[in-house]
Amino acid sequence: MIYRLVVENLKHRPIRTLLSAIAIGVQVTMILTLVGVSEGVLGDMATRSRGTGADILVRPPGSSVLAFSGDMPQGIVGLVRKEPHVVLATGTKVQSIGNFDSITGINLDEFNAMSTGLRYIEGGPFKGPDDLLIDDVYASAHKLHAGATLNLGLQWRVAGVVESGKLSHLFAPLESLQEKYSATNKVSVVYVKLDDPQNMQAVIDSLHLKLTDYKVFSVDEFVSLISVNSVPMLKTFTNVVVGISVIGGLFIVFLTMYTAVLERTREIGILKALGGSPGYVMGILMRETFLLAVVGAIAGILMSYGTQWIMRTFVPTMPMFIVYRWWPWAVLIALSGSMIGAIYPGLKAAKQDAIEALAYD
Amino acid sequence: MTSGANNNASMIEIRDLKKTYKVGEIEVHALRGVDLSVARGEFVSVVGPSGSGKSTLFHILGGLTPPTSGTIHIDNRDLLAMSEAERTHLRKTTVGFVFQKYNLLPTLSASDNIEIARHIAHKTGPRDPQFNDMLGLLGLTGRLHHKPRALSGGEQQRVAIARALVNHPALLLADEPTGNLDSENSTAVLTLLRDLNSRLGQTILMITHNPEAAAYGHRILTMRDGRVV
Repeated sequence: MIYRLVVENLKHRPIRTLLSAIAIGVQVTMILTLVGVSEGVLGDMATRSRGTGADILVRPPGSSVLAFSGDMPQGIVGLVRKEPHVVLATGTKVQSIGNFDSITGINLDEFNAMSTGLRYIEGGPFKGPDDLLIDDVYASAHKLHAGATLNLGLQWRVAGVVESGKLSHLFAPLESLQEKYSATNKVSVVYVKLDDPQNMQAVIDSLHLKLTDYKVFSVDEFVSLISVNSVPMLKTFTNVVVGISVIGGLFIVFLTMYTAVLERTREIGILKALGGSPGYVMGILMRETFLLAVVGAIAGILMSYGTQWIMRTFVPTMPMFIVYRWWPWAVLIALSGSMIGAIYPGLKAAKQDAIEALAYD
Repeated sequence: MTSGANNNASMIEIRDLKKTYKVGEIEVHALRGVDLSVARGEFVSVVGPSGSGKSTLFHILGGLTPPTSGTIHIDNRDLLAMSEAERTHLRKTTVGFVFQKYNLLPTLSASDNIEIARHIAHKTGPRDPQFNDMLGLLGLTGRLHHKPRALSGGEQQRVAIARALVNHPALLLADEPTGNLDSENSTAVLTLLRDLNSRLGQTILMITHNPEAAAYGHRILTMRDGRVV
């Protein structure tokens, strides 16, 4: 019976109920989108790292896992090539161009040999120093085709569009990129292919001895390090967004329920006249809030599919995952914020004087 | 069929009942020493001008507000000694209210308005046959699934009466039950209250301004300046 009253009360003001549920949903969507984009971008990065076909990668001393900035002498590549069991080593230069984008300078022949080759959807390989290869994700996001010119601070010509999933969204000839950005003979990462993965640890140990302070990872280890915890401040940022969501939800529910209590003053008096205790009256408000928050949380989860579509359509270079394991957390966050927000209106209803409430018009 | 008026056991016993409100710095003496006895099964009308203390007496009898001093017993239970929780329990089990403005919950159907009173009193299962007979007497069959806004004033008041009686309270308190009704519906509601009293022995205390309505009771008490005169 009490749930019928709760449902009918929510149905009685459908617009208010709908807007409140959507507002709660937005906070859930906000959390799921942030987490989804974080994991999506990192997941995409991991996929592209695996797509290189390398077994080991070498990074400069002091470099962080995720930031490919930081250079080392290109001579390191030659040193790595001399290691036993190394069948191929290629240096790449990562040049940031802002907006989370970067161009990766590659030696195309070496990279093709390592990664089983870039697959061309349009156009073909570099023909000149100003040529650029873009992957289909970048091409779709920026509506580019082979032959187009592209200004990324410097003028480039799109020589070809390749299938995504290998190393980068943008490729340029290594030497040309080094020259254009005043980094001659500098590389950011050395990718290493072995004769047999069984020799991985031996090669890593050997490189550690020769390249003191350099970062030497197996690709599997590197991919395992690509997580939210590796991105400076991301976890803190996520916590801040969660906190803002809780506070936002709390205020929304507070206002909704406070308005409801004011509007239903007489009904509260009726319930009290019928023998409803303060706890009974408060229980109705809390159940309404719970139901509102559950509906809002479900709406939020559904809306996160909408934000995924928006990201995929308008910002395809920042993929968003639907992170199912965060659903219970997002729902719990929405519920707790909402329930806290309903406490004061609930107490106000519970303490309402029955006579005054019955006299209320 | 019993006529409760012939039963001498007291349902309400009030002696020197006083109630003083504080409105800002000013003390308002709403009741100044009320003495009243109502027998079990009696139908008593209370009349009096506005400000005479009728509503205050109604609220105290219903356990909605505590008295300031005096003694007051309903169904042999001392209201003065009751805590807030015990007065809430009294409203749940012993007293039924009928208000001038019907006071139905607008979001629930007539049937659910009755059911909510049972739910609050922790009563589950089907309604007892005696109550279903009473619904027939109230003429509500066929109207129970309508929400209050789809019911006439007379129908809403009859639903309110059904709700007040669904838990078989010892005392039915009616505050101007015909105040919002036309004469035809007023007559129907008053006749109904008299029938409930005579057929079921329901003790009723009714507050009214209307002398014609008051005449439906076994006796009429007049209040003036916070006293029964």
